[in-house]
Amino acid sequence: MTRVLTGVGIGRGIAVGPALRMPDPLPEPASTPSTIGPDAEKERLTGALAATAEDIRQRGEKAGGQAQAVLEAQALMADDPTLRSDADSRVDNGATAERAVHEAFAGFRDMLVGLGGYMAERATDLDDVAQRVIARLSGVAAPGVPTSETPFVLVARDLAPADTALLDLERVLAVVTSEGGPTSHTAILAREKGITAVVGVHGVLDLTDGTPVVVDAVAGSVAVDPDAETLDRASRAAEERAKRADVPVGPGALADGTPVPLLANLGSADGVEAAVAAGAEGVGLFRTEFLFLDATTAPTVAQQYTQYARLLRGFPGKKVVVRVLDAGADKPLSFLNDAPEENPALGLRGIRALRATEQILRDQLTALARAASETDALVQVMAPMIATVEETRYFTALAHELGVPVAGVMVEVPSAALLADRVLGETDFASIGTNDLTQYTLAADRLLGSVAALQDPWHPAVLRLIREVGRAGTALGKPVGICGEAAADPLLAVVLVGLGATSLSMSPSAIADVRAELLQHTREQAGRLAEAALSAEDGAAARAAVRSLLPESV
Amino acid sequence: MPERSVLIASAHGLHARPAAAFTQAAAKAGVPVQLTKGAKSVNAASILGVISLGIEHGDEVVLSAEGEGAEDLLDELTALLSADHDA
Repeated sequence: MTRVLTGVGIGRGIAVGPALRMPDPLPEPASTPSTIGPDAEKERLTGALAATAEDIRQRGEKAGGQAQAVLEAQALMADDPTLRSDADSRVDNGATAERAVHEAFAGFRDMLVGLGGYMAERATDLDDVAQRVIARLSGVAAPGVPTSETPFVLVARDLAPADTALLDLERVLAVVTSEGGPTSHTAILAREKGITAVVGVHGVLDLTDGTPVVVDAVAGSVAVDPDAETLDRASRAAEERAKRADVPVGPGALADGTPVPLLANLGSADGVEAAVAAGAEGVGLFRTEFLFLDATTAPTVAQQYTQYARLLRGFPGKKVVVRVLDAGADKPLSFLNDAPEENPALGLRGIRALRATEQILRDQLTALARAASETDALVQVMAPMIATVEETRYFTALAHELGVPVAGVMVEVPSAALLADRVLGETDFASIGTNDLTQYTLAADRLLGSVAALQDPWHPAVLRLIREVGRAGTALGKPVGICGEAAADPLLAVVLVGLGATSLSMSPSAIADVRAELLQHTREQAGRLAEAALSAEDGAAARAAVRSLLPESV
Repeated sequence: MPERSVLIASAHGLHARPAAAFTQAAAKAGVPVQLTKGAKSVNAASILGVISLGIEHGDEVVLSAEGEGAEDLLDELTALLSADHDA
């Protein structure tokens, strides 16, 4: 009999296939002494390390490109002579091969974490190698994405960045996780790559490998052991959606013709081509900090100009909204704010950090103004983390003074949303960063898995704040854009337009689905969906309320 | 013992990818090569040893090796560290 599990769906996909479980991380090897002696343990070590290195190398050759370079570095870690002598001395002291590998890798891992920054991120690579060696020694399945010759639905607790880099999109029909919310790493990746996904599905880990499932991202459901009728409905829905999604690439608009420009979120000039191909009508959020994450000193005007000009040349005659450096919290820039803080999300970040070192802000605005004047793109600049009307006035005036024609602010802090009428009175436009706005409204750390369920942009408290900004924009005739993950959720995108958003910016891969969904609704209908969401009591109820108003709920 | 003092050219320092290329070149040589930054020395054929030095752009490091072909090998490794792999 068909059993239905529910969670939060990502995107518009529907997929049918057998479940395949990603193994959980291995338990820590016991520290009981070896019973076979050092020589035998060392022999096991030699075999397991060599076989793991070989296995990683082969995966690298299959993956090619960037992934191969990363995997080659991982293979070298398994072959590492320093690690080997460390593990050997542990074995000489009576440890099992498993325990020796665990401790030796853990030592290097702590060292990497201690180095901080980029090196600390490599600790995950090291963990992955350690797990593979220990799995081989213990004769169990290696953790990480399972491989299969036939397509499957990947079932996991949650995916780590290292897992997702290697997902074989030819084989993975859909991803279902038991943990995580709409802004978890898995969800962001699924949106970026256009993978059908349902996250936060309780009970899904109990499925045995090979169990047939129907994964429906629109309904946020996973039907287990589907009967003939469920399968039939799924294939009809898939066909119907494919037909609806098959709208020609063109400007975003509602069913009644109301234009809703669809823009791209980019972090480097490399993404320009993909964005143009997806039909992006410009860039709604260009994150400049990623250009300078590894810099230890502030980039010069000339260095910045080169980067910006390259980006702007990709969008002649189109709007490009550039966010000035947003340092702090999850993306520290050592030259802007290096002081450790107890609570970085509430600390000296965004416009606050820039103001404390105004020359960096002046240099960036100067470089942007110069790049803007020498290309045909319609450049706009915005400041992150604006909390007050006074900050709005400060930034807008400085940008205009340095030659940037259009300057606006991001609305990410609830205070700026509540005072949107005053904020918009002092600047040219607003762009709502829904990820941070949600984090601050619900007091839930974006990066913390244990509170991921609260990080839901459908929450009516967040939507009511967005309504304030939408109303102010309409009253003052100023544009209000959206540039968070929320705009990439097709149905939520319609609600946001109903709340007064005038443009939507998202990862380029989400544009096609959002374009198709907007075309299903008139402005009046979008307003009604928004009303339904606003009067719900939480995010899940808002989703359900909106869905219940749709003509077909497949 | 022959040695060379080198300024790291790679914009991202000697992190995973450039470190892998360097380590492989050092391991191929067949003679032990030491890489020293400040007071700490590691086996240049060990990627974990090399990245544990936390080498950044512009850091000065010392390479040393002994045995047959040591001079040529040090020249080769010096060239590798003086090139910007991220460019």
